[in-house]
Formats: sequence, structure tokens, C-alpha cells
Amino acid sequence: MAATRDYVVFLLNGERHEVPRSVPPTRTLLEYLREDLGLKGTKEGCNEGDCGACTVVVMEPEQRSTLAVNACILLVPMLDGKSVTTVDGLFGPSGELHPCQQAMLECHGSQCGFCTPGFVMSLFAMYQDVMEYHDGKPPTKKWINTVLAGNLCRCTGYGSIVAAAERMFALPRPEWDVSRQAVNEFRAIGLRSKASLAVKNANGQFYAPLALVELIELRRIQPDSIILGGATDVCLWANKQLRPLPILISTARVGELQQFSHGVGRMRIGAAVTYEAAWSTLEMVWPNLGELIRRLGSEQVRNSGTIGGNIANGSPIGDMPPALMALGSTLVLNGPEGQRRMPLEEFFLAYGKQDRKPGEFVEAVEVPSHETGDRRLRCYKISKRFDQDISAVLGCFYLHIDNGVVTSARIAFGGMAGIPNRAKAVEAALEGKPWTMATVEAALPKFEEDFQPLSDARASKEYRMLTAKNLLVRYFHEMTSDVQTRLVGDGERIIAEVMA
Amino acid sequence: MQDTAPKPATTPTRITGGVGDPSPHDSAHKHVAGTAIYTDDIPEPPGTLHIALGLSTRAHAEVLALDFSQVHAASGVVAVFTAADIPGRNDVSPIGKSDDPVFATGLVEHYGQSLFAVAATSMLAARRAARLADVIYKDKPAILTVDEAMDAKSFLSDPYTFGIGDPDAALAAAPHRLKGRVRMGGQEHFYLEGQVALAIPGEDGDVTVHSSTQHPTEIQHSVAHVLGLPFNAVTVEVRRMGGGFGGKETQGNLPAAVAALVAAKTGRPAKLRYDRDDDFEVTGKRHDFRIDYDVGFDAGGRILGITFEQAARCGMSFDLSMAICDRAMFHADNCYFLPNVRITSYRCKTNTVSNTAFRGFGGPQGMAGIERVMEAIAAKLGKDPLAVRRANFYAAKGKSAGSGRSLTPYHMEIEDCIIGELTDELVRTSGYEKRRAGIRAWNAKSPILKRGISLTPVKFGISFTNTLMNQAGALLHLYTDGSLHLNHGGTEMGQGLFQKVAQVVAEEFQCDLSNVKITATRTDKVPNTSPTAASSGSDLNGMAAREAARTIKMRLAEMLAVEAGTDVEAVRFIPGRIIAGRRTFTLPEAAALAHARRISLSSTGYYATPKIHWDRASGKGRPFFYFAYGAAVTESAIDTLTGENRMLRVDILHDAGRSLNPAIDLGQIEGGFIQGAGWLTTEELVWDGKGRLSTHAPSTYKIPACSDRPPVMNMSLWHGENSEDTIYRSKAVGEPPLMLGISALLALSDAVASVGGYAGDAALDAPATPERVLMAVQALKTRVAAG
Repeated sequence: MAATRDYVVFLLNGERHEVPRSVPPTRTLLEYLREDLGLKGTKEGCNEGDCGACTVVVMEPEQRSTLAVNACILLVPMLDGKSVTTVDGLFGPSGELHPCQQAMLECHGSQCGFCTPGFVMSLFAMYQDVMEYHDGKPPTKKWINTVLAGNLCRCTGYGSIVAAAERMFALPRPEWDVSRQAVNEFRAIGLRSKASLAVKNANGQFYAPLALVELIELRRIQPDSIILGGATDVCLWANKQLRPLPILISTARVGELQQFSHGVGRMRIGAAVTYEAAWSTLEMVWPNLGELIRRLGSEQVRNSGTIGGNIANGSPIGDMPPALMALGSTLVLNGPEGQRRMPLEEFFLAYGKQDRKPGEFVEAVEVPSHETGDRRLRCYKISKRFDQDISAVLGCFYLHIDNGVVTSARIAFGGMAGIPNRAKAVEAALEGKPWTMATVEAALPKFEEDFQPLSDARASKEYRMLTAKNLLVRYFHEMTSDVQTRLVGDGERIIAEVMA
Repeated sequence: MQDTAPKPATTPTRITGGVGDPSPHDSAHKHVAGTAIYTDDIPEPPGTLHIALGLSTRAHAEVLALDFSQVHAASGVVAVFTAADIPGRNDVSPIGKSDDPVFATGLVEHYGQSLFAVAATSMLAARRAARLADVIYKDKPAILTVDEAMDAKSFLSDPYTFGIGDPDAALAAAPHRLKGRVRMGGQEHFYLEGQVALAIPGEDGDVTVHSSTQHPTEIQHSVAHVLGLPFNAVTVEVRRMGGGFGGKETQGNLPAAVAALVAAKTGRPAKLRYDRDDDFEVTGKRHDFRIDYDVGFDAGGRILGITFEQAARCGMSFDLSMAICDRAMFHADNCYFLPNVRITSYRCKTNTVSNTAFRGFGGPQGMAGIERVMEAIAAKLGKDPLAVRRANFYAAKGKSAGSGRSLTPYHMEIEDCIIGELTDELVRTSGYEKRRAGIRAWNAKSPILKRGISLTPVKFGISFTNTLMNQAGALLHLYTDGSLHLNHGGTEMGQGLFQKVAQVVAEEFQCDLSNVKITATRTDKVPNTSPTAASSGSDLNGMAAREAARTIKMRLAEMLAVEAGTDVEAVRFIPGRIIAGRRTFTLPEAAALAHARRISLSSTGYYATPKIHWDRASGKGRPFFYFAYGAAVTESAIDTLTGENRMLRVDILHDAGRSLNPAIDLGQIEGGFIQGAGWLTTEELVWDGKGRLSTHAPSTYKIPACSDRPPVMNMSLWHGENSEDTIYRSKAVGEPPLMLGISALLALSDAVASVGGYAGDAALDAPATPERVLMAVQALKTRVAAG
């Protein structure tokens, strides 16, 4: 087994920072910054990753990216070996404002100012990313909206902030920003350790193994341990439910789980692959899945959250499982008793219950893929707010039509039952039939055989059922006509018409 | 090209940051740098205790027993406090009704009501321990909704009515008559900074409280009442809030009182900051309303008679509900003359959290009611709703006398109505007519997506309707180096009040804005203040600060006149200089000289709004000094398969009088509009059958996000000035723009109406979530199919 290290060290605003061994492994970065270090620039707005007031920027030099993340849903040991920048560290050497700050000031981007540090950090991440790793060209308004979807402002109405996001690219980039970025990268590389992490103190244990065999062994010894991907959900157990999390095992550094490969006929997504890392490839292969990911969580959540985690926690409203089920994906589990494979939908047994043996964990998901730009997959996310909202209904449709006949139909829904599930009766009513509105209409009542949705704060059962049926109608229109069906995302033309 | 010789740098022609300058927010640099200090950022004194509240998990129940043994045993717990520990009064009601206990005793009246407090060595320890109390309840029947309260006649007070004319006769005689019911939801403030207070014990039992509050004086009173102290033993300070929106007018009383109680009892500093979910459950929200109307009108859509029955969910206590419901009545007319009208208001008492002030303070609900009536009339007559609106506008400014169309339902003559002119200009600049026709043509060709457009006007009454609250104080010091130290009773919650008032002082002294130090609001500097609310902040405090500045200026002028051997009238404050006869002084020179001559360089200033009066018993008076106007055109689109919807374009023309700071005012307008649109579209509060709020965090309660802003948004300020003598003829701008958001709801309504071939009223209730839009589409299809 590889060497282990028993303390956490990261780069904080450019300086090496060793976390005292007494700090509980479940301490969030936000608590640590504000309460332990007295760095009060980073704010707590919701403590659940929905408002972005606590946004900080994490850099991982090997990945060549600057990532905005929510400090309230990151545990301190997860930062080991990374470079963390907070608003307190943006000043130039003589107290100058960074262009992202200067632009916010010039554009009247703050009113009460409480969300402002979070916005500034999201803008900083975008600025550094564009300047360092891309062509330096200012992003589109649409991209700005997407990047800022995880930052809520209650005062401005956002117009001044969007203006600042455009303005900052027109400001000269200070020399000190260029050199600071280079120094941080250099120092962060120096910090990267080849040892796995094992932090233990009176308050808990945190492991970050480097290899699959290590992970399997840890799970064998500690089958009740909690697996952490990006912790975007697990942190809520701690922050909101106040649940104790005595033993945590992070998958983030397990080499095998980080692998993301796209070969002939098959895509394999390791459990620790974040949405951000997989997004562009998934979008290239299935454009509609790309748009779904754009609306899933927020920039901050996608930068931390993993596709494996979205599957493993078995939520009835996770957005990835229905899409992956429609594509006919296979889940790969691993554990002390070895590797197992199953169709993804068979993993979800009932609400809160998955087919997982003691010590088992999600290793990867494998998705059949044969071409790029496959527009037969359509993902319809219905929520009260377009961006950064949990789906009331998520419908994913993947039909093959040959000579006007439905040769195969895979339809999966989230939000319609206690687990993500296929609409098998609807599928059966479509398969082998001519692809016509009459067939669609005949299939609609079958939704009631497949699902008995519930009413909750997001939608009533009546709305869910009606919308689910209407989404099949939408799918038919989209596959057979040029009729406008989308207000946002893929196929959205209405905005261009208004702008013109 | 330069047509005059450059002036020497020492004689500026104008100051930097005077009145009308679009200066950035005074704290903008600190905001972006992360150095602005909010209450939770104040370095905690050593030994500070952290507090969490224990909350009721029943909507209505007797509390039979409270057992804290597990709480005491929890790690980090120092003490537990209940009502028995309160030395003074167990009440933080803002109006002295004794119905807002700090800690419930014997009876809980809403889910999430405060029962006890745990003080511990960390916030996490306090939160964990607070959940360990064993509470035995005996449930009582709960009244949760407006409908249930109306059926049970569960009211805080008797219904209140006012009006003019004879609506019953007018309705009976009217050629057309419609009845309808309008529902609109409440709204969570979602200030980004939650409620927080830090109490620091002093000598003699005194206490200083840092509170995120719009009303420091009320915090002072609440703390004093709870601790049994005179007001002079309690000092409250607030430098800034991370948003308020009315949610920090009274809702800070509880955390401040509890923090002060813990500080007084333990002798240690104590902080209470609500976790976001607690904040949602413990604090009041905008009142949801049910409004029934009965309207009679002529063929031109002109209203002849109308009655409104407004029923508001007030929650379990009074809080500010009486004044809020009154303001809903005051705005039931919006911009329209109602010759025969009766407005009746029901203040429903329910077993839900006590609803409270929220930007607009009942006005938005009253206004949304009549705007729905306009839509219904237009649908009935097959007219453009804009034509119906115009037919009903109050008589224009300058034409009101003798018009017979300028009397409000509360017997106030409207003399400053500019809505007709303002609407005409907005119709022109927004291209409303052409776009409306274009949208209808587009809809005919688009089977699934439908677009809609709506223009709605706003007239919002400015002044606290409780006349005595319309007063303010300021305190200004001129130091011997010429720098100014400004303080007033207003609080800064992001609206830019501090900057605007500082601009007034800079203008008065003709010095640069940077010379004016803005300081935290404190009850020991300016006493007996009103809340920063009712959009009144700059009107009241700007005038008070100007008064203080003019007092000091007059003293300087008298002194300099003597010094220069000239008349006081010959002393002039010009940019960067004071001219006295043939002599010129800088402000530092004048200040130093005044000190040497033993002349006071400090002054208070005071202002009370003139002309206003209101007699609630007779329903007559002039509750408002003036009105602020505005109008918005919103274009939206809906998806008739899912009910999803979004704004496409917004055009706004808003009246801020002669703006003190156009940049800040435009920020208020844009933010207010989006907040109003959010209230009416995505923001939905859902309670479960047990009275528990299901949407208690931003994961489930959706305020507008960045992409919800319409891709095209044009905003302009109206060019006129206030006809009343307000501070530099400006107008209040905090609340009025929120109601521009009503156009966002009605644009959706117009889009829904398209599915019925514009043959019926869409009657779309708020919030217009995808579900409500889809159900309205379905209902309209059914109605049209049924003929």
C-alpha cells in the first residue's frame, strides 16, 4: 500500500497552509475560513450550496482550470493538495483591485454587498479560466448567465453584474495577476503529494486513497463508512440534518475512479468524474444531455459534484440517472466481494434503497455510444426556475425510428416515483408502431400504468402526470417538425427573435 | 478643443459626488474587496456564546412539558433559557400587543415558534443541542389558510372598510358587471444575510447590541422591555445589513432580545444567528391575499362602481399586519379613479408565522388586485387592457381641479398624477402597439410556445400611513480639519441611503463627497428614530441631514461675515471654497477659525413631513405627502405543454423625481422589478397539511436567478421633478418599482389568453409557476371548448 499522510495541507491565497490536526474532518471550508482563521470576506448565505455567497476558487494545476466552488459544502480535507483563493486574497501587491472587482465597482454591481464576494469569486474563476486556459475572448451573455447561475443576488436584478462580467475583460490585465497565477500554479504543483490521506482525530476519520485496491480494502474494514464524491449532498447531511459522519472515504483521488474514456461503442465514466470534467464530451455526443448538465446544479456544484455520486445516492430526483437509463447504461459496482455489473435501472430498488452489498461502492457507469451529435436523446427538465433548481419532472426520451416505425424506445423519468424509473408501458405502446401522433396519443394513457406520482412542494401529482404525457408530445414534435418547443437551451430560437 | 483656459486645480468648478451624481454605493469598494463588515463579521470578543433557538414542531398546541436533560448534557452547552428567565416582559411585539412572546409558554401558535434558547460554545454545538429537547404537545385544531380563517371568521380585528360614493347603486345600474376572485402568494424576503444579533454586556447592566436591523430604536425598546431596563441602558448599532426588504423591520427583535438576555444572564457576549432554514421558519413573510371583486363598467371599460374584499393571511400575531392591510386598501385603486368604491379588509389570524413588512407593505397586493380587474374588463369587452387602463386613469396633474376624477377612496385629492403622460411616453419608446400586434400574429403560427405582453402602471403613496412615524433626525460634526462626520437615523441595507444622504451634505457644503464620513446608525447618536421603511429613508433623513448642515453653515456664515466685514447674505459656499465678501476660505480654514472663535461645529437636524394627516375612524385624510409613478411593459413566453415560462423583454419608465443619484435609483428600479416579478412567478411558499413550511431553503424556494432576467431590459428615469418640496425635489424609490413586476404576471396572462383565441380572461393567479400556467391553459381550453 502507498504511503499515507495524516494531515491536510493546501495553498491558501498563495501561501502553504497546514491544517491543525485537531480540526474535525467534517469541518466545512466555510466554517474553517470564518471561524478558525477569521477570514470573514467569504459569507454564509444558505449553508447548503444554493446561494453562492461562500464561493471560493480552487485550482488544480494538472487539470488546468480554476474552479468556483461553494465553501459551505466542501470539507477541509477535500482541499488537500489544492490551491484555494478567497476574496481576501484577490488584492494586488499594493492593494489594487483585481479586474473582476474593479468591473463590479464600475458597473454598480453591488447593493447590499453580501452576495458580492461570492459573485466576485465566480467572476474571478471565469476571468482566470478565460485568460489562462482559453483564448482570452470575452464569453457570451448566455455563458455568463450559466456561470453565474449559482450565485443569488436579491438586490440588483443581476443586470449590473452581467455588465461587470463583460466589462472585466475590457480592463487591462495587471502584470501582478499574471505572475501570481504562475506562482500559485508552481507552488500548488509542489504541494501535490503522492501519498494517500488518512486524517484521524477524536472527531472523526477521513481517508483519500489513491488506488482502487486501497479503496476496496478500506471499505472491507469500514463497510459503514460514508463515501464522498464531491460531497455536494453529503455535506447537507452534516450542515442541515446535523448527522454525525464519523468515517468518510473520498473517491476524488482514486486513479481508476477518475478515469473517463470514450472508446468505440462505449463510454466509461469513473465514479469520481465531475460533471464539469465530463460535460463537454457528453454534450458532443448527446447535445441534449449537455443542456441538461448546464441546468443541473450550478457551476459551483458541477465543479465539485460527480456523476457517480448522483447515481450512488439513489435520489428520486437526481437528473443523471434517467438520462443514463434512457441510453441503456450499465452500472459497475466494486467492493470486497469483487466487481459486479447491472443495468443501471436495476440498481434502484425502492425509495432510499439500492442494490448494494456491504462495502460495495459505485466504480463507474458505462454508456453505449456510437456516434456524436446524437439528437435522438432528448432530456426535458421541468422545474420552477430554469437554472439551478431541482426537477419536478425530468423526462428522457431515446427512440429509434426506422422507416417510420419505432424500432426501440427507452424512456426514463425522474420525479415521477420514489426512484428514477423507466416508462415501460409507454415504451411498449410505442415499439413496433408507426411513428405518428395517433401512436403517441394511444400511448399517453400508459403513463398512468407506469407512474403514480406524488404531490410535494415542487409540483402536484396531477401536474406531474399531465406534464409527463405532454413531454412525449413535445418529443414527437421535435423529432418530426420544426415547431418551436423550447424556451431555453437546445432548440431555443425565441430569444434570438426578440434580440433581433 | 478647449474654449476656455484651464482653471487652476485649486479652484474646482464643481464638487465630486454632489446631488445628482451617479456615485457608486459608498461601500462598493469594500463590497467587492470582501472588507465590508456585517454583524456576523464583527470580531467576536473572547468568551462569546453562540445561541440557537428551540422551535415548535406543531402549528397549534398546548405545551405540556419541556425536558432539557439531553440538551444540558450535550457537548458545549453552557445554559438553556426559557420564559422563566426573562426579567422583564416576555414580548417583542412591535406595537405593544403582547402577542409575540420571546419564548412561547403553554401554547404554541405556529410551526417554528421560539420555545427556548440554548447558549453554547459554538454555533454548531448550540444547533445540535437545541434539537435534543423533549417537548410534549397536545395538539389543537389549526387554522392555516386564508380560506379556513375566512370560514371560521378567525380575525385579528374587526374588518375595516372605507370608500366613496354608492358602489351598490352604481353596480346595480352598470351596463356591464363582473365578479372575480384573485389569489396571490406570499413572499420570503431571502435577504442574503440572515437575521443576526451580537449582544455585549457593559457596566451597570447596560448592553450594546449589534443587530442587522432596519429599526434600531425598536431593537432598543424590545431589548429594554425584555430585560426590564430603561431605554438609556441599551445601545443598538448597525453599520449595514446584507439586505432587508422589510424583513428586518421587526423580525430582528427576537434574535436581539434573546442575545441580550443571554448576555445579561451570563455576563458574556452572546450571538444569535439563524441558520437559513430556521430563518425561513421563524420569520414572517409577505402576506398572501385573496381578493374578491365586483365591478360595474361602461362600454368603454370605464369603472362605474366596484367593491373589493381583501383577505390577508396575517399569521398568529399582529406584528405590522394592521398597517400592511391598510396599505393594501390604499393601493386598491392604483392609478384609477373609482367613483363609487367600497374596500373591505379582513385581517385573518392563522396558525402560521406572523407575516410582516415586505417591500411595498401590502401595496403590491392591493395593486395586483385591480390590475387583474383591468384584465377581466378588457377580456369581457374584447379591448386592449391598456385602453381600459387609460380610460380609468386619475385626472392629470394640472387638470385635477374640477375634473371630478381625482378623489381617492380615502378622500385624498390626487394633484400630481403624471401616469397618463408617462404611459404615453413608454408606449412610444417600447413600441407597445406594434409589438402587441406582432405577438398575436406570431402566436397564430406557433402551436406550442405562446407570447404575451402587458403594460401596467404604478402609483405608490409616499409616507408612513402612521403619521407620527414621518420624522427623522441627523447628527453632523465638522472637525477642525474640515472633515465631516455624518450620522442619521436611517439604516443602510443596500439601497444606497448612506451615499445619497452624504451627497446631500456634500452638496450643502460644496465639498467633495470623500470629505463626508459615513458612520454606523446608533441609538445613542440619533434617538427615537423611525424604521428605515416605507421608501422614506432619503426623504426623511436627507432633509434632517440638510437641516443639520444648514445650521452649521449658518454659524460659519455669520462668523465669516464678521471676519470679512460683510453681510451673512454675502457668504456663499461654492465648490471647494467659501466666499465671504472679498475673502475666500477653505472649509478647513473656516472650521479651524470657528473653533478658535468658540463656535459649535456640531449640530443635530430634524425633519417632520408636512401636510399629512389621516383619520382612520372616518377613513379620510391625506396619508401621503406625494405619489411616485412608473410603468413597465413586459413581454413573456409560455410553453403550453409544460407551463414553463420566461420574460423576453422589459421596458420601464420610472419616476424618481429629480434623482439624488441616478445610478443608485436605476439599481433600485431594476432590482425592485425583478423582485416583484419573482414574487409573482417562481417564488412559491408551500406549507404542508401540518402547517410546516416545506419550502424553507433556497433549494426549494426559488428567487430569480441571473438567467431569469429578460435578455432585453431597457430602463429610464422620468424627466420630471417632485411637485412637493422634498429633498432636492427627488422622489422615494425603494418600494414603487417592485410593483412594476405586476406586468410580468399579466404578460403571462396575455400569453395564456392566446390559447382561447383571446376570447376569455386567463385569470392567472400568482405565483405563476409552470404548474399554475399549465393549469390555466387547460382551464381556458376547457372553457373555450365549452363555449
